[in-house]
Amino acid sequence: MLGPRFTDDVADLPTFKFGPSSLTWWGIIGYMVIEGAAFGLAFAAYFFLMGHEQGWPPEGRQAPDVLAGTLFTIVILLSEYWNTQIKKAANAGDVPAIRRLMPLMVAVGVVLLIIRGFEFNSLNCRWTDNAYASIIWALLLLHTAHILTDWLDTVVLAALMFTPVAYEGRRLVDVDENSLYWRYVWLLWIPIYLMIYWVPRL
Amino acid sequence: MTDVRAGDFEGVAGRPAPSERERVEAENRRLAEERKKIVRDGPKLKGEKLAARLDATWRRPPGIIGWLATVDHKEIGRRYIVTALLFLALGGVLALAMRLQLARPDNNLIGADRYNQLFTMHGSTMMFLFAVPVMEGVAVYIIPLMLGTRSTAFPRLNAFSYFMYLFGGLLLWGAFVLNIGPDIGWFAYTPLSGPQFSPGKRADIWAQMITFTEVSALAAAVVLVCTILKTRAPGMTLARMPLFAWAMLVVAVMIIFSMPSVALASSMLISDRLIGTNFFNAYEHGDALLWQHLFWFFGHPEVYIIFLPATGFVSVIVETFCRRPVFAHAVVVLALISTGILAFGLWVHHMFATGLPRVGYSFYTAASMSVSIPTGLQIFCWLATMWDGRPRFEVPMLYVVGFIITFVIGGLTGVMVAAVPLDLQLHDTYFVVAHFHYVLIGGAVFPLLGILTYWYPKITGRMMDDTLGKIGFWMVFLGFQLAFFPMHWSGMLGMPRRVYTYPAGLGLELPNLLSTIGAFVVALAVGLFVVNGLVSLYRGRIAGPNPWGAASLEWATSSPPPVYNFAHIPVVESNTPLWDNDGELPVVTGLRVDEKEMLLTTVVAATPDLREPVPEPSLWPLISAIAVGVVFISSIFSPWAIAVGLVPCGIALTAWFWPKELKRHPEPVID
Repeated sequence: MLGPRFTDDVADLPTFKFGPSSLTWWGIIGYMVIEGAAFGLAFAAYFFLMGHEQGWPPEGRQAPDVLAGTLFTIVILLSEYWNTQIKKAANAGDVPAIRRLMPLMVAVGVVLLIIRGFEFNSLNCRWTDNAYASIIWALLLLHTAHILTDWLDTVVLAALMFTPVAYEGRRLVDVDENSLYWRYVWLLWIPIYLMIYWVPRL
Repeated sequence: MTDVRAGDFEGVAGRPAPSERERVEAENRRLAEERKKIVRDGPKLKGEKLAARLDATWRRPPGIIGWLATVDHKEIGRRYIVTALLFLALGGVLALAMRLQLARPDNNLIGADRYNQLFTMHGSTMMFLFAVPVMEGVAVYIIPLMLGTRSTAFPRLNAFSYFMYLFGGLLLWGAFVLNIGPDIGWFAYTPLSGPQFSPGKRADIWAQMITFTEVSALAAAVVLVCTILKTRAPGMTLARMPLFAWAMLVVAVMIIFSMPSVALASSMLISDRLIGTNFFNAYEHGDALLWQHLFWFFGHPEVYIIFLPATGFVSVIVETFCRRPVFAHAVVVLALISTGILAFGLWVHHMFATGLPRVGYSFYTAASMSVSIPTGLQIFCWLATMWDGRPRFEVPMLYVVGFIITFVIGGLTGVMVAAVPLDLQLHDTYFVVAHFHYVLIGGAVFPLLGILTYWYPKITGRMMDDTLGKIGFWMVFLGFQLAFFPMHWSGMLGMPRRVYTYPAGLGLELPNLLSTIGAFVVALAVGLFVVNGLVSLYRGRIAGPNPWGAASLEWATSSPPPVYNFAHIPVVESNTPLWDNDGELPVVTGLRVDEKEMLLTTVVAATPDLREPVPEPSLWPLISAIAVGVVFISSIFSPWAIAVGLVPCGIALTAWFWPKELKRHPEPVID
């Protein structure tokens, strides 16, 4: 084996950074792409099935009622205000602000999940009715899974932020990346909202 | 560097109460003092003293618990490879059973139902439980060594990925043993696989096996992408990255884009079957072709997911055994990337016989033929390397030659069936069976056998026997031709795939008998390979760190490598670091030796960026995999299993991430 020739020393390198330097940032981007691919293909299936129908929704069906879905959309878009504040606080190392704001995001998640229940109730169809009904149920269910996983992640992270490890830089990177993920959750919701509620009204 | 400086709170709204702030500042000062005492590698700590300390830090606890909790990429990679080879053997036994049945016309050794299970199990096992996992397993083992680092990214996710794969394989084979093995073909076309034509649980078993293996492959893909982009040795810019790492990067990205498609499709199928959705039910305006689109949007890239790692193997072997860098490194990289992109534009060529718009025929024919261009470029680059180098025809290199011959034949029949008129004639005949075995066995299994021979000394510390290896190669190569070349012939005579027997007097007797004889020759040769591998574990010649005189970093450490891979992190100054040095390996120092730590570098230039803690062994990946596995399997019987089962999954995943000690450390650790 070759003997070592010493060059640099890396002992002074940091142990955390925000953004693309972070390993978990890449992991999260990886999972975002996976989910994006799944959603994109579900969207493709939606339009594929739509192409087979004379009308959308198919004749004799009512489009979903827009009230609950629209309310959901407004709340999730507004939640970005707190989400941005949390992200900024994480980057500034402002643990007290995070401790104040994260429980609010947990509460927002609860509100969203409750509204989501009403959304399922306003689709005006059951998943067994026909292919149209199956695909809009599938879209709403996929996004609910998305909301639920990020909400659970937020709950766990919020709990962690009330322990002494909140002052570890890597935990702040977690908070930063959780906020990044929340942006993705609401960004993906916009096309789904349009496809469930408004494409059937075109 | 770990903690938040107290000064950061100044000027921020809602500053902490003074008592809290003072407490944090005091803690920061204490941690800063402790940090000075941390021991790191360097000119003062090297050699045996360093090795002993690193070993104590990195070694997992002994015993069964430690074995199950391991996060060492070498251990996980070995398990992946061994498990995948076991599934190869099982899938091979099924192939032999089928060949025995087809050896004679009107044979009644195996009935139609059992035969349906056999070819379904053979295809599903080979694609989902052997080919993809074995490539991932080899990569998981070798990539961190090749990149000069101590661990993969997210080692616990890596462990989770292995267990999910194992459970998916056990589900499929357990069901087969209980006579509820799927019987719907490896691509499970609807409506055959739907609730109307496949009552019972066989199709559900298939669909959930898919879910297991996709979760596993996606996790492994994320691990590999992050490892390749962020953990390369300092100086290993993207331009200097070994071709195998490039191939695995492209493959992992392809997995990330394609596997969600089959996961979505299998979820839709299972929901059609279990809760009465209508995605594929034509009576309620669903469409069976939706299945085919979703399946092949995954299924075609899948072929390249299996083939591209093998091209990486070929580049590795050609470089070492020709004693020169692969000709036109950049062209090979671009060919890998363009194959990866083109692979997503070909899926419809599996559906020519379903009736497509004219323009669809033309487009997908052109696209299918165009993918042979980058593949052809790679082959010419390897040939040029051999031409210019001094090839040594040792066993791995023989497999490369066998690969080139066999793969080119398979590629040519591929170009043939890319033409719609011919495809409509040959669709679903043995000609297609011949074609894809030429590209999959010739294109992937031959290089795999070559690379296993090549990396065997690195993994075990001993060489495989050369004579047995050469005999094995010739038996595999010739037996393969004997088994599969006659299938072109029987296919052109009109013999369809997936029939359990055929009548006498159609001219199919001879080609089928030849195929059966060939299949047994291949099986014997694979058996010989296994015997060679087992015997050499004990009797093989001791290998030493670099027995082949290779150029890449996995050969810069001992064989087998120590648990921490490298005592100091190597620095890379060229494409072929072990050929271009003056007898010393440049290294960086300063990583911790008292806790597990690795170095992260920047994505493109690979300059040192961060120090990253490496997780301790943990049982939670296994427990999480069990919890998720229980949900997947029980959901076959009741949809409520998903709602109920989410609770243990949530608990297990939370416990996985939750720090074991809620206190701050002088530098971060993942305990």
